[in-house]
Amino acid sequence: MAHSQGDHGGRDCLAGAIDCDIHPAVPSTRVLLPYLDDYWREHILRRGLERENLETSSYPANAPINCRPDWRLPSGPPGSSLAALQSHLLDRLRPSFAICNVIHGAQVMLSEDLSAALCRAINNWIRAEWLDQDPRLRASIVVPPHSAELAAEEIERCAPDRRFVQVLLLAMTELPLGRRQNWPIYRAAEAHGLPIGIHAGSSFRHPPSALGWPSYYLEDYVSQSQGFAAALNSLVSEGVFVKFPALKVVLIESGVTWLPASLWRLDKTWRGVRSEVPWLEQLPTETVRKHVRLTLQPFDAPPTEKQLQTLLEQLGSDRMLLFSSDYPHWHFDGDDALPAGLPADLVRKICVDNPLETYPRLKETMR
Amino acid sequence: MNRHVVAKVEDIQPGTRKIVTVKGREIGIFRVGDDFYGLINRCPHQGAPLCRGEIVSRLVAPSPGDYRLTRPGEMIRCPWHCWEFDIRTGQSLCDPNSVQARAFDVAVEPGRALVEGPFVAESVPVTVEETYVVVTL
Ligand code: FES
Repeated sequence: MAHSQGDHGGRDCLAGAIDCDIHPAVPSTRVLLPYLDDYWREHILRRGLERENLETSSYPANAPINCRPDWRLPSGPPGSSLAALQSHLLDRLRPSFAICNVIHGAQVMLSEDLSAALCRAINNWIRAEWLDQDPRLRASIVVPPHSAELAAEEIERCAPDRRFVQVLLLAMTELPLGRRQNWPIYRAAEAHGLPIGIHAGSSFRHPPSALGWPSYYLEDYVSQSQGFAAALNSLVSEGVFVKFPALKVVLIESGVTWLPASLWRLDKTWRGVRSEVPWLEQLPTETVRKHVRLTLQPFDAPPTEKQLQTLLEQLGSDRMLLFSSDYPHWHFDGDDALPAGLPADLVRKICVDNPLETYPRLKETMR
Repeated sequence: MNRHVVAKVEDIQPGTRKIVTVKGREIGIFRVGDDFYGLINRCPHQGAPLCRGEIVSRLVAPSPGDYRLTRPGEMIRCPWHCWEFDIRTGQSLCDPNSVQARAFDVAVEPGRALVEGPFVAESVPVTVEETYVVVTL
């Protein structure tokens, strides 16, 4: 059963864990210049884009939630220093691996070609300046989501480097994620044994809530779970997991508590309208348990441990949760990266077994 | 168990059904081509008059977009929440192993055989010249 918070959330328990979501940040567009090909370097310099930081607007760098106070850097955006990542997280909690998920404006740009050029540069940069510098680091391939063809090309280009373990998308971009226009991305990912990581975020060309534009971050952040529910509903209903039976999807920073209720509703409704989506022969919940994983932080834990147990029962599978610190975002203090009240055997699964099953490439280099 | 004569064969045309009452129970008698099947007129979900639903086909797709119409006229769709059931077995499509409508044995017998053997004619008068639908219950 559960240990006390300080004990099981702390350092010793996390040694050897796999941290499935950390956020190195591109310090400035200038650092990408050497990693761009000649044409796009010239293009960016002519437009003066190297002076823009091209951050997405959902997590502004100075918002308190965006960085734990003791993880702020003397200069540069949170998460932009490898040395700081090593001392704050890698050397302290001693995970065996940490997966870098870069969130950047390149992923939501309107120009498909510029978006693709910057994504290529980011992947080159993360490889040279992070993966090559610390053997514990792995990364997701950043792709231009609005051009499935260019995204698939980038997957093909990066996949031979086995330190890329996932393809990164955002939950709310221009199309519901299950739509067939996106399938080249899933085809390429499946072929290379790469899960699709779906991170919280939006291109903000449409409101993050179906009701329109919110006024406050509070609304935006909470609406993300509806965005994830819609994205998951789209992936399941459009038959992505029937078409790509080996594909896994990791919902990153989605929270967890919304999932059981969303699945109950999906199952219930499916029984009556099954004939409309005849490729779905199985209860949607079964499909989701098989193909979908969720990272832990930020964990929207219910108020009591008893309620947490109920939630875990409702999830109905001990293989779905993956440990994440969400470094440098501020979701826990000290070393208590694991929420209190998780049973010890589940902690082992969350920290090691489930990530290894989800990211088969990690096993190749397990020490 | 008794055998109950519930209709003349020609009273139930292919693709149609007739709801009869046997021992106080409503049963839907379905004709699929020249085969007859019986299902309890009570949906295992929440008790709707199942056999009054629409007679439909089984739509399948081995892969998204690869549409196939199979088993035309062999499914009944519940009039309340649209769950589909196999007319031949009573099995639901959404949960075939645990959600099933009770199915009854239905046979076609010549009047000559019925006149000889034990059967309950209830409201259908039997003559040797006709062919009848018989439910065992
Ligand atoms: S009562 Fe038949 S489906 Fe609900």
